[in-house]
Amino acid sequence: MSSGTLAESGRSGRGVLTSLHIWWRMLVICLEERLAYRSDFALGTLMRFLPIVTQVFLWTAVFAASSRSDIAGYSRDNIVAYYLLTMITRAFSSMPGLSGGIARSIRDGSVKKYLIQPVDYVSFLLASRVAHKLVYYAVAIVPFAIVFVVCRSYFPPAPDSLTVLAYLVSLVLSFLLGFFLEATLGMIGFWFLEVSSIIFAYMLLQYLLSGHMFPIDMLAGIPTGLAGISLADVVRWLPFQYTAYFPASVWLGKVQGWELAGGLVLEVAWLAAMIIICRLVWRRGTRRYSGFGG
Amino acid sequence: MRYLTIFGTFARACLVRDMTFRANFLLECLTSLGWMSMNLAFYLLIFSFTPEIGLGSGWSKEPFFAFVATGLLINAIVQALFMPSASELAEMVRTGGLDAILVKPLDAQFLLSMHRFDFSSLANGIVGLVLLAWAVPRFPTPPPAVAWLLYPLLIACGVAILYGLIITLAAATILMGRNQSLYDFWFYITNFSRYPAEIYAGPWGGPLRMVCTFVIPILLVVNVPAGTLARPLSGEAWGMVGVTGVAAVAAVGLSRLFFQAALSRYRSASS
Repeated sequence: MSSGTLAESGRSGRGVLTSLHIWWRMLVICLEERLAYRSDFALGTLMRFLPIVTQVFLWTAVFAASSRSDIAGYSRDNIVAYYLLTMITRAFSSMPGLSGGIARSIRDGSVKKYLIQPVDYVSFLLASRVAHKLVYYAVAIVPFAIVFVVCRSYFPPAPDSLTVLAYLVSLVLSFLLGFFLEATLGMIGFWFLEVSSIIFAYMLLQYLLSGHMFPIDMLAGIPTGLAGISLADVVRWLPFQYTAYFPASVWLGKVQGWELAGGLVLEVAWLAAMIIICRLVWRRGTRRYSGFGG
Repeated sequence: MRYLTIFGTFARACLVRDMTFRANFLLECLTSLGWMSMNLAFYLLIFSFTPEIGLGSGWSKEPFFAFVATGLLINAIVQALFMPSASELAEMVRTGGLDAILVKPLDAQFLLSMHRFDFSSLANGIVGLVLLAWAVPRFPTPPPAVAWLLYPLLIACGVAILYGLIITLAAATILMGRNQSLYDFWFYITNFSRYPAEIYAGPWGGPLRMVCTFVIPILLVVNVPAGTLARPLSGEAWGMVGVTGVAAVAAVGLSRLFFQAALSRYRSASS
């Protein structure tokens, strides 16, 4: 219904302007909402670095006891740089509260206001996320800069400009992919009343398969039973790696040349697939949804 | 006794609720086990690269898995007993739902920290026991009888320290109005207790270890009970046992004071 309204208005030039205006209003409203709790937000940003501290000490202890200088192609400094870089990727791809929020709005019926207003729910959520991220980056840039300056000795020399460009593209794509993955997940709420466990299961899988827990390269020695195919090879075909591992490995030069181009193409393909799936699930879900009362 | 009966009623009601949504309960158990399995797989992966965590630390595979098992036991108790209730507090303060708790003729701290019981969290505790039963017989030297006597007491101390932390965060929630970040803070700070204290070494790690041992005693929670089983009880180890006991009493006492002070400053958000 709402997407139909937007589509109709999009037929004229004025319609496009109206759509843009709606988008702008949604963005401004969401920015104001986010900034209302800015101290909470700033504190949350700082806290997110704490698990990295543990990982740095853990891997330092592992390297010290193993007397190896290289684990799965990573030196100790590489590992530290990797975890820090995954923090940047997660700053783009993580969508805290998105799935749960969608599922809750379906359960408590608040989703129905988007069905009767000329606002597309998914677009509204996307604008809300863009606002969330803009505020997050504005607040987070200071702690991020401090941490990266303090830890600069862990990083290899900066890559060439083309690799930096590919890195930035992969980050933007990781934001969109993360959004559509989690938005689709939240829409499972149309079929199940209680989805918290499903969301939690997804988060676990995502944490493991995205390379957030450890670099995917460490799975290269684990066979799958298929000749010449390791567990790392399988994980590299899944969309999750783009939400942590891939951009970090691009910056560190672990993925280069055609492999990098192929990785980006696969990321775009996964994004396109998730946009279509998200739209289909929304359409199916709203068709079976029924809301009563106020 | 009255509080025990009320707690029993709460637990029974939560069990009825869990059994009403059996599929979800089963999924919760499975996801909880999934998270634990993932971590165990990660540790196995680490031990495929190194014989121990920290050079000369003594945390080789079996002692380390006993450490992990101890962490699972303590966290299962905390997650089952306190976390489900405490995690609702931020929203209650924001919406004014806390008023309904305060007008009840019961201790507010008891109600806020123990009105929900999460049975699915106990699944990890059971796995912790199994893991402990696997790891301990494989120790180079078996733990002495006194270590087994101290172990449950130290587990209780670990739970008490974590409970103190939860109540302190709950009090901060009441003071600040909204603090989702402080519950993230709970996750992040307890993250430090997931690994042996010996990994925190060097110019940055040393001070961090001191802070996490004596200021926010999070490193005592798992390290001391697990160390009591995995290592000989030297003079220093007895000292840490004493420190853990004191920290547990202090955590519960101070957090109670902080909580009462926060409640006296509470202004209702409703009407």
